[in-house]
Amino acid sequence: MKFLPLLILFFSSLFLGETTESNGYQPGDKATDFKLKSVDGKMYSMADYKDAKGFIVVFTCNTCPFAIKYEDRINAIAKKYKSKGYVLLAINPNDPEAQPADTFELMQEKAKEKGFVFPYLVDEGQKIYPQYGATKTPHVFLLDKNLIVKYIGAIDDNSDDASAVKEKYLENAIRALDNGTEPSPATTKAIGCSIKTKKKA
Amino acid sequence: MRLIFTLFFVLTSMGCSKLSAQIAVYEKFDAFEKAVLKEDDNTYVVNFWATWCAPCIKELPYFEQLHKDNPKVKVILVSLDSRKDLEKKLIPFVAKKQLTAEVILLSDKDYNAWLNKIDDSWSGAIPATLIISGKRKLFAEREFENFTELNNYVNAFINHN
Repeated sequence: MKFLPLLILFFSSLFLGETTESNGYQPGDKATDFKLKSVDGKMYSMADYKDAKGFIVVFTCNTCPFAIKYEDRINAIAKKYKSKGYVLLAINPNDPEAQPADTFELMQEKAKEKGFVFPYLVDEGQKIYPQYGATKTPHVFLLDKNLIVKYIGAIDDNSDDASAVKEKYLENAIRALDNGTEPSPATTKAIGCSIKTKKKA
Repeated sequence: MRLIFTLFFVLTSMGCSKLSAQIAVYEKFDAFEKAVLKEDDNTYVVNFWATWCAPCIKELPYFEQLHKDNPKVKVILVSLDSRKDLEKKLIPFVAKKQLTAEVILLSDKDYNAWLNKIDDSWSGAIPATLIISGKRKLFAEREFENFTELNNYVNAFINHN
């Protein structure tokens, strides 16, 4: 597919009112900290982790088939990198009124059932995900200790089958960060479930 | 790279009329691109969806209606379900919803390699819709609230020729 860029530009300009593109972070941007409630009832902020070398912020949820396929992988990454100084924080960005399977109680059940070793936070009022520019679950943001965004995107290149993964994008990015180099690729893409919001009247 | 292209025919008798769901399967994006994303005289409305995607399922009837009511366009419903869900989920779903628009399964999981080839702005959330007419294209990662909204959106594209 080779389309004329100029025509696209011209044409998309006619439809500016129609696009829903969000402005989120790009690698190099400074991410906002948050104070969100986890399934244990406590509030969590990145500022609480004084000794962290970096943060793995994962927007995920209870029911999206892609999020479910990655649950065990997310938990394994949280365990593996905790000892190396990297803190994984999962945020559920869905509005439970729009997605009833994502209530706080059901998040607690999920965390218990799967033995999550990381805080599983509620994006109360859906204020955090738009700032990050998360559009789907799962959607990962890797930050360094100063909250500078280092990597955005997918966990790896095979949602269906963890054993068939060729590129562990997130782990490669953490390794790069740990080695003091820039992750490459710094962004990747994957299919996911759209974040659920109430329809605006 | 091996190109796998399989055709599945499901013929179901529905009273006197025959419902025929024919689902082409593409395991590699390149083969899909070559066969489906054509730059010819037709206008194609290509909707990316999956049986597990609730907002996608909600808007499918609007695309089905577009297929039936708008003779100016050819609607292609590209399912991003897993290959293993073809027989168990996708084929029964298409039959149950009585979809007559063309349904295609694109099961290439190396999303990072191909999402940008559809459009740079695609974050990977679905539903998402691409309209192609010759060299012109319009992509949007969005939902449609009803048939009228979709039909107006498509007609606006066509009328900007």
